Amino acid sequence: MPKLMTSLQEVNPRVRGIRLSPQSGLHSLAENITRDDIKGAPQPFKELIDVSSGDPQRAGMKPISFIRQVLAVCLCPELLSDEHLPLDVRLRALRLLEACDGESVGSYTTSSGLLYIRQTIAEFIMKRDEGVPACAENIFISSGAQRGLMVIIKLLSGGEGPRQTGVLIPQPCPHALLPLLDEAGVLAVPYRLIEDKNWAVDMSDLERALTTSRGRCEPRAIYISNPGNPTGHLQDRKSIEKVIEFVAAERLLLLIDEVYQDSVYAPNKEFISYKKVLFEMDKHLRDTVELVSFHSLSCASVAECGLRAGYMEVVNMDPGVMHFLDTMLCTDINAPVTGQLALDLMLGPPSPGDPSYNTFVHETLLTRATLAQNSQRALKLLNDLPGMSCRPAMAGIYLYPHLDLPAEIKEQAKTLGLEADVLYCQMLLEEEGLIIGAGDDGTSGSHHLRLCILVPPDTLGEVLSRLSSFHLHLADRKRNRIV
Amino acid sequence: MSVLKEISSNVRNIKQTECLVLFRRTNQIKEELRQGVKKPYREVIDVFWGDPHRAGLKPLSFVRQVLAACLYPQLMDGDKLMVDVKQRAQHLLRTCAGESVGSYSATAGIPQIVQSVSEYIVRRDGGVPCHPENIYISPGSQWALTNIFKVLVNSEASPRTGVLIPVPCHSTTIISLMTLGAVAVPYYLREEQSWALETEELQRALDSAKGVCNPVALYVINPGNPAGYVQSRKCIQEVIRFAAEKKLFLLADEVYQDCVHGKESEFVSYKRALGEIGAPLSDTVELASFHTVSKGLMGECGLRTGYVELVNLDPTVMKHIDNLFSTNSCPILGQFALDVMVNPPQPGAPSYPLYLKETQHIRALLAQNVRRVEEVINSFPGFSCQPLEGGAFAFPRVFLPPKAIERAKEAGLEPDTFYCMRLLEEAGVLFSPGSEYGQKEGTYHIRFCIMTPTDTMEEILKRLSVFHKQFMKEFS
Repeated sequence: MPKLMTSLQEVNPRVRGIRLSPQSGLHSLAENITRDDIKGAPQPFKELIDVSSGDPQRAGMKPISFIRQVLAVCLCPELLSDEHLPLDVRLRALRLLEACDGESVGSYTTSSGLLYIRQTIAEFIMKRDEGVPACAENIFISSGAQRGLMVIIKLLSGGEGPRQTGVLIPQPCPHALLPLLDEAGVLAVPYRLIEDKNWAVDMSDLERALTTSRGRCEPRAIYISNPGNPTGHLQDRKSIEKVIEFVAAERLLLLIDEVYQDSVYAPNKEFISYKKVLFEMDKHLRDTVELVSFHSLSCASVAECGLRAGYMEVVNMDPGVMHFLDTMLCTDINAPVTGQLALDLMLGPPSPGDPSYNTFVHETLLTRATLAQNSQRALKLLNDLPGMSCRPAMAGIYLYPHLDLPAEIKEQAKTLGLEADVLYCQMLLEEEGLIIGAGDDGTSGSHHLRLCILVPPDTLGEVLSRLSSFHLHLADRKRNRIV
Repeated sequence: MSVLKEISSNVRNIKQTECLVLFRRTNQIKEELRQGVKKPYREVIDVFWGDPHRAGLKPLSFVRQVLAACLYPQLMDGDKLMVDVKQRAQHLLRTCAGESVGSYSATAGIPQIVQSVSEYIVRRDGGVPCHPENIYISPGSQWALTNIFKVLVNSEASPRTGVLIPVPCHSTTIISLMTLGAVAVPYYLREEQSWALETEELQRALDSAKGVCNPVALYVINPGNPAGYVQSRKCIQEVIRFAAEKKLFLLADEVYQDCVHGKESEFVSYKRALGEIGAPLSDTVELASFHTVSKGLMGECGLRTGYVELVNLDPTVMKHIDNLFSTNSCPILGQFALDVMVNPPQPGAPSYPLYLKETQHIRALLAQNVRRVEEVINSFPGFSCQPLEGGAFAFPRVFLPPKAIERAKEAGLEPDTFYCMRLLEEAGVLFSPGSEYGQKEGTYHIRFCIMTPTDTMEEILKRLSVFHKQFMKEFS
């Protein structure tokens, strides 16, 4: 057959260099299993359960009724006159439709999102931060928070060799982060979080990472998630202040992923935004520290990952630079309008006295309670398993247990060219039909699992049952020297 | 001092569009009208975008009902919705993890919907086979196009990667190329021959790239945007042979394939034409073709969903593409709309009569608008419009008097932007200037969307007529 035109050599080296996330390997395996299942091949389990990603609705968590009702009316405006739907639902839908061009969710919007929605977001931020000013012009809506992050990273990217842009990232970090940096041609500079301190930020390791990176790259930003993804750590004010002082001294851009801000469940703990802390520090810091904070629909209480919308708020950014955010976002045209409207509903929920308020409160409290109870239950079970230990999480939707794997598994993994925790997850998938995320700690040498615990309690029960069954069986195998 | 002051040069070099002045003024005028300021018009008619809903067209009921039912399944209780709406919604919900539109979907899109799309493509192309593994559903066709560009464009190479693009071409594609550090190599469509694409011109463009960049791909738009041409089968086959000979990756932007109005015109997909040419070309020419839910009769631009079909790509290259596409998930609602687009209600289905009525209505008004636009615009002195064969726009040429060009220069604007500013100010109509899309030096054009209700179009033509007469008189 004649040679095809684009051989591997001609694929953009930047694209070739995007590392494959171990998640995708697991999902391909899962797809194969599903296909076999459809063909009637016998499986040792009833059906696949996937708790590897932050997708609560996948696992069966229910959406917020108010959001779904309003969106349905926006899609089908004849429902405006349907009296079975609460009045506040219909009024909100009317208001949102008026904010859309052509009064349709099918119209384009400006690249940074509908102004009306950005104003809602600004109001939410001001309320959350108890008066720290926020304005719509500093808010940019994107198709998911990752897309916004990509825009910022791309603005920073550039340079080759020792002049290549570097971004400090936590270890562990969300799965999608490393491929994102690869795609943008930016070097990832990992800094370790302290597992023994429930994954706290370690300023000395931040400094070490920064210092050792100079010469290899030009570090220009630091990424932090708070609450931590996947660790569940919640930073206190002091910790946040230390990070702010660090970025100010080192002139780094602060990229702060606050998507799980609504999911704090540890008793006596509260989320405080980086922006609020910044505004309560020295005037000099307040006026100069550049920070971009991210939030999205993929959060705990709303979990509308499939609607694809998030936003970023930029603080102290040069207006000349901000203009380019629009330019970069315009190649996506705009975030899906239904997602943009959902942001309004997420950040501007029903108020006391509104017809939908009680249902809304009930649903929100139920989710929060489920999360807290699941965390406690899963934590106990994980810590009871031999060779597994898990730090308590304060927030977020994951648990991130440490795995002490038997030497045989590590060796087998090495032979297969896999990380041992990835092999563990593959075996777990094949034997129990359970998909849990691998820790993906890269060079740290230790192994972890990441498991989404925002799932219906029954599902959690099934997850924990399958996991312990597999894990204990593994221990047995080790004992019987069969691997 | 901003940490970001050293922005990637690829981004920094993107020229700010002149249209920002038009948008700003539009918003101001709308605000002034709201506050009761007296103007010769009561509202601004915005036909800048290819956005039928913004222009006043209504969405198709079936798709909206299905989407609403998917969002809030309780709507399916009782008898308000037709049986086929419910069946489709239930079918679609079952394809989602957790039976919810709120969960992430697989990289390439929901498998059942990918399958529907591939079946649609086979039907459309008269049986030319289509493999579902070659299809990626994406958050809009531009997103998919940018991803393919990313694979093809080596931002670190010297000479830089080049992509041949038509003049005129819509601006988003050009911006994507620029942010990736690629060179856009223009080839000019021949306006006087209904915007024909001639291979001699492709050759000239290729020759012009020697020593400047390394062209790897040829981007074509069919049906056209902004120009309203529909390429003939013969033309498409010539382009394919050219691409094969010069080893260019073919990128076919076919988002307006459902908008064909010319009586002699027929949409033939590049894939079909390639299939009809036969081996060896049909097995070797690399082709990416793009489609979307934003255009056509559905016009659901805000849902952000499209797809790309990749043909004849090396399997190892596909692996990288797969990896690239896996970095983001396509909105579920948009995927559902795509399913409805490729699989609309059929005769006999309860929703069919309404669906038929609505689509026929849109086709009729489009035909009417095409007729009226061609008639009226061509009757204006100083205007000429090529036949509108397809697409969603009219892109007439306006012969601006030298005095107007002079005045534009003084104002620091492109002459056609100046014309559009005046049109906005004095007639309350927002068009986009030809300079936004590229045009032959010394020529000026304006673009406006023709997918509007018929009375809106009449109003546009009326206001344009009055304005144009005055403008030409003022600058004669």
